[in-house]
Amino acid sequence: MAQVIALVDCNNFYVSCERLFRPDLQGVPMVVLSNNDGCAVARSAEVKDLGVKMGVPRFQIEELIEQHGICTFSSNYTLYGDISARVMNTLESIAPRVFVYSIDEAFMDLSGLQKNYSLLEFGRFTKSKVEKEVGIPVCVGISTTKTLAKLANQGAKKYHSTGGVVDLTEVKRQRKLMAMTEVGDVWGVGRRISQRLESMGVKSALDLADADPKWIRKHFSVVLERTVSELNGVSCIPFDDTPPVKKQIVVSRSFGERITELAAMRKAIAGFITRAAEKLRKEGQVAQHLQVFLRTSPFAKSQPQYANSTSERLVEPTDDTRLLLAASMRLIERIWLSGYQFAKAGVMLSDFYDPKLQQQTLFCAEGDSRSEALMTTLDQINYKTGRVQFARRIDRNPWDMKREMLSPRYTTSWLELPRVK
Amino acid sequence: MAITQIADAVDLTAEHLKIPFYTESVPAGFPSPAQDYIDKTLSLNELCIKHPNATYFVRVDGDSMDGVGIYKGDVLVVDRSLTAQHGDVVIASVSGEMTVKTLQLRPRVRLVPQNRRYSPIELKEGSELQVFGVVVSVVRVLK
Repeated sequence: MAQVIALVDCNNFYVSCERLFRPDLQGVPMVVLSNNDGCAVARSAEVKDLGVKMGVPRFQIEELIEQHGICTFSSNYTLYGDISARVMNTLESIAPRVFVYSIDEAFMDLSGLQKNYSLLEFGRFTKSKVEKEVGIPVCVGISTTKTLAKLANQGAKKYHSTGGVVDLTEVKRQRKLMAMTEVGDVWGVGRRISQRLESMGVKSALDLADADPKWIRKHFSVVLERTVSELNGVSCIPFDDTPPVKKQIVVSRSFGERITELAAMRKAIAGFITRAAEKLRKEGQVAQHLQVFLRTSPFAKSQPQYANSTSERLVEPTDDTRLLLAASMRLIERIWLSGYQFAKAGVMLSDFYDPKLQQQTLFCAEGDSRSEALMTTLDQINYKTGRVQFARRIDRNPWDMKREMLSPRYTTSWLELPRVK
Repeated sequence: MAITQIADAVDLTAEHLKIPFYTESVPAGFPSPAQDYIDKTLSLNELCIKHPNATYFVRVDGDSMDGVGIYKGDVLVVDRSLTAQHGDVVIASVSGEMTVKTLQLRPRVRLVPQNRRYSPIELKEGSELQVFGVVVSVVRVLK
């Protein structure tokens, strides 16, 4: 067994963050809404059981909210970012290689561990450590490729008898779980592709694993052929390079040579944010929340240890590299400390908006019957003055009004600390 | 001059407050030889926070712990990585609220306030005590 990879995924992450300092919300149905359009971006288990799907707009579930007393929250990315950094740092402290995949998921390289430890035991240790120390429940899936680790994690989430940890390194167990998994639930298989696959008789993950790779390449793509290989235990996705999820963009790297100077760190962060902004534009999105993090190596025990992260809610959502760069430089200086040997740093963009949607939201919010005329005027202004100006124009700001259900910044503001009697 | 240097070094707005630690006493009005004797920089984080990823701050909002010098408005440093022991000051959740009390495990599990005007919170039969974390430091800003 050459490679062993674990995927650690936080359960209903935003909901879990909201509950951390609110024991009264335990067991209460909860939904976290996106800031731009009020769609459900996280649901508690109780709400999932009610059949509320990911991404539904608030107005469609208004009745359910009323009827079941569902608590709704605006997205508090400052809180989620801080808690996320704690989860990731905890993982970094127990595994030598960690790849942060999104705000609530990370891959751990556990290759070689199985010689001396039970992988299942290690998974359980990871789960209980994060839950006890950070306070966020997680599931752990372990297998030989990233795609299989993701599958194992889904199994851990779905089947409560697993206790939230699945060791899927055995081929027999892999095939058993794949037979029970719909092809559309395989990592990297989108809805359109899964519909086509199903129409061609490829219904389960196992059907896909057993499909002829050449046939897959011919009718679909090299990307899907790679997925087939991954399902068969042949690793095709490099450990530290994974396509971004749509909800955040993380760019981070371990440094070959430790960074000890602020100038070098600024350069590294500038590289990360440039790359992140490129990815963001490729997705056709704009982001409003930016987080920067750095840490020393938790394994260099003799060296002083320091890890920190900080974030900023930008005045307006943007995909402009210059604005993001300026913000990231402010942030890195805020958490920089001299006298440490930094081993890793990174940036994360979140709170995404569709620039086209913002335009609509503006007019809906203002409820202006002359919206069409207004839009034309605005488009002309936009045409003349460029996109940045345009974004500024609408920062009197439909999405800020939608943040009325925002929880306190429990962990990042002295004025908003949780209160204890 | 030496005094000026200390004042310069303490940036009260900095999140991570650094205080230079001098190994020699510094005679006022004398050109400072202290620069050469700075041993290391002390950080309050280092003193109060042993497990940064597991450490949260909460603010006291009551007088039930007056007896052990925990007052309204104090910031408590709470470490979740520690396992609560008998006699520890803990943050626990009681009827959906976060509360700070002394934990007693013997002769039976209960949460004890340090103020005679309050009664201990007894745990109901069969219920599980939800401990958020162990209080390791009290921070009170005087000025």
